[in-house]
Amino acid sequence: MSEIIEQQTGSSMSARELRNYAIGGGVALLFLLAMIFGGNEFRQQVINGLSLGAIYALIALGYTMIYGVLRFINFAHGDVFMVGAFISFFAARAIEPAFVSDPTHVGDPGSAILVLIITMIGCGLLGVLIEFLAYRRLRNRPKLTVLITAIGISLFLEYTGQLPMVFGADPRTYPTLIESSQIAITAGLTIGTKDIIVFSVAVVLMYLLRVIVMHTKIGTAMRAVSMNMGAASLMGVNLNFIISFTFFVGSALAGAGAVLYAMTYPKIDPLMGIIPGLKAFVAAVLGGIGNIPGAALGGFIIGGVETMTVGYINPAYRDAIVFGILILILVLKPSGLLGKGGTEKV
Amino acid sequence: MNHRFFALCAAVVTLCVGACNGGSNAEGGGDAAADTNVIRIGQFASLTGTEATFGQQVSNGAKLAVEEINAAGGVLGKKIELITEDTESKPQATKNAVEKLLSKDRVIALVGEVASGRTLIAAPLATREKVPLLTPASTNEKVTMDESGNVRDWVFRICFIDPFQAQVMARFAAENLGLKQVAILKANANPYSVGLAENFAATFRSLGGTIVEEQGYEERQVDFKAQLTAIKAKNPQAIFVPGYYNEVSLIATQARELGITAPLLGGDGWDSPELTKGAAGKALEGSYFSNHYSESDSSAIVQSFVQNYSRTYNEAPGAMSALGYDAMKIVARTIADAGTASPQAIRDGLAKLSGYNGVTGTISINEKHNATKPAVVLQIRDGKFAYHTTINP
Repeated sequence: MSEIIEQQTGSSMSARELRNYAIGGGVALLFLLAMIFGGNEFRQQVINGLSLGAIYALIALGYTMIYGVLRFINFAHGDVFMVGAFISFFAARAIEPAFVSDPTHVGDPGSAILVLIITMIGCGLLGVLIEFLAYRRLRNRPKLTVLITAIGISLFLEYTGQLPMVFGADPRTYPTLIESSQIAITAGLTIGTKDIIVFSVAVVLMYLLRVIVMHTKIGTAMRAVSMNMGAASLMGVNLNFIISFTFFVGSALAGAGAVLYAMTYPKIDPLMGIIPGLKAFVAAVLGGIGNIPGAALGGFIIGGVETMTVGYINPAYRDAIVFGILILILVLKPSGLLGKGGTEKV
Repeated sequence: MNHRFFALCAAVVTLCVGACNGGSNAEGGGDAAADTNVIRIGQFASLTGTEATFGQQVSNGAKLAVEEINAAGGVLGKKIELITEDTESKPQATKNAVEKLLSKDRVIALVGEVASGRTLIAAPLATREKVPLLTPASTNEKVTMDESGNVRDWVFRICFIDPFQAQVMARFAAENLGLKQVAILKANANPYSVGLAENFAATFRSLGGTIVEEQGYEERQVDFKAQLTAIKAKNPQAIFVPGYYNEVSLIATQARELGITAPLLGGDGWDSPELTKGAAGKALEGSYFSNHYSESDSSAIVQSFVQNYSRTYNEAPGAMSALGYDAMKIVARTIADAGTASPQAIRDGLAKLSGYNGVTGTISINEKHNATKPAVVLQIRDGKFAYHTTINP
């Protein structure tokens, strides 16, 4: 996040910025080459990976923002994602009762957008609530304490969710929010309109986030808090408000990710957040924890790697390779692909 | 002090909730050995979790059977007490459930489970305690046969086995549908699925067909597009998906999204009202699966069962319901025939069961403790399961 300093002082691009653009550009180039020269099956896998990657990117953004501001990994984030899926499930059924009576009913775009907004707000509020109840009092404690609390919240959400009076442990079939069809590009290569929608919504949200963080006063305050909490508060930033706002936005993005995820894989259950949450965490670390474009990049890379592993290596290794990447990046470059590296000046 | 007091309260509350939550849902139990006025039969089923509809259906069928038996006066003048434990679709909970039924409730017979993997967990426990275990719906061969190939003395089943079921689908694909090239997508961690896939491939090849691609998926996987893309590249005329209903719904939807138009074929793991919910209903239109019975079978015994079940539970019975019903009635019959309610008597009665007219057909248990019965092939039309053909052994 310190690239902003250079922009504000008007100096030319720093070496780090150049490097970041190079990495991002390199990945994009690889992708383009793959699409041009790969066979149809390969291109299909790439499209599959992009769609999955977009969802991981949305969840990873939440991890990275919260780390950026508070310097800790919110392990409950994956379960906020899960709660989001259920909020949208019940919201959809409330908005369009046809979902309850007719399991094959297809919703319309208007209600889908309403469901998305409701879920994002609901998840945002849940994130704020968790921060207020569990993390706020531990702000001056060692990071390990709040990390363990986060794990506790995660388990709490998972197991309370499985109680029969809450969500119940059985997987539920998620309603079909929008009509989706296949566009055949060539023989053997189809893109689902659903994939296009998932990708577009994710990109739009990521762009909105960038606008908020870079071009609004509140975004500047967030970046200030992430650089130095003490100094920011001395400059008049209301820490509690900014931190709550960060949790709100991060969790809202997880909620959006949940709606897109459930649209793609319409079976939801209280434990569904564990694995996607962990993979999004790996994506955030891969891209550089605390770095917003890094989280997005990491999400797409992880989505792509996972899809390629399943398609060309062995489905049994799908999770193993993703976590292997985590180990690799922590050993080789802990600050991540786009992270700043080096020591922190005191 | 404030914080510590709060923490202490929280700890106490958590312990209490944990203790209550870890309990079972059976009100029976207590010191069971003393009570000889009831016949205690234990049932373990996946009432919650990923295969919840299987467990709920079997349990409902069994309960209906017990209600009917008790209403007619019970067996040998005593009422049957059915103690049901939830396996939560998980292996550890299955082990706990069965141990509890055996040691705390001291049941004289065990009925369960649907998932072969979980029945396999119960088999050695039942054998150790010398209590007969009757599975209503586990179809994997290994359930009644141990690693050295010997028949398990205390384990029986009243359904057909996977080799037969897989052969049924392979013959159906090759002979009825005239297919020559089929792909397989199986669940690697599930013995039922792996067994079906192996047997299907062997039979289909022996009938002159080829398996163009075989892919597998892991537990709790929701994204199958990578495997389906690999399968699509080989252009199969059908895909054999011997999995459970939750994953099959996702597989079917994603297959259609990728532009695969070939029909899917499957086994009795598809049988659930959840299978065709959402977009999966359209995706599975025209696909086929093998099953133990069809509710549209016009015979009197099936129709009367369907009516009683629908009236009691407000939903139509699935194959699992019918099997649960038959299993419980058969256990009661062995007790009545033997004249005594003891594990040994039930075991011997099961071993020589012959020509029993059940809802799921005429059931005879052979020397391998399996039942030889016909299978039905159902087709999914309009989101419903429509009867297509019967295939005899």
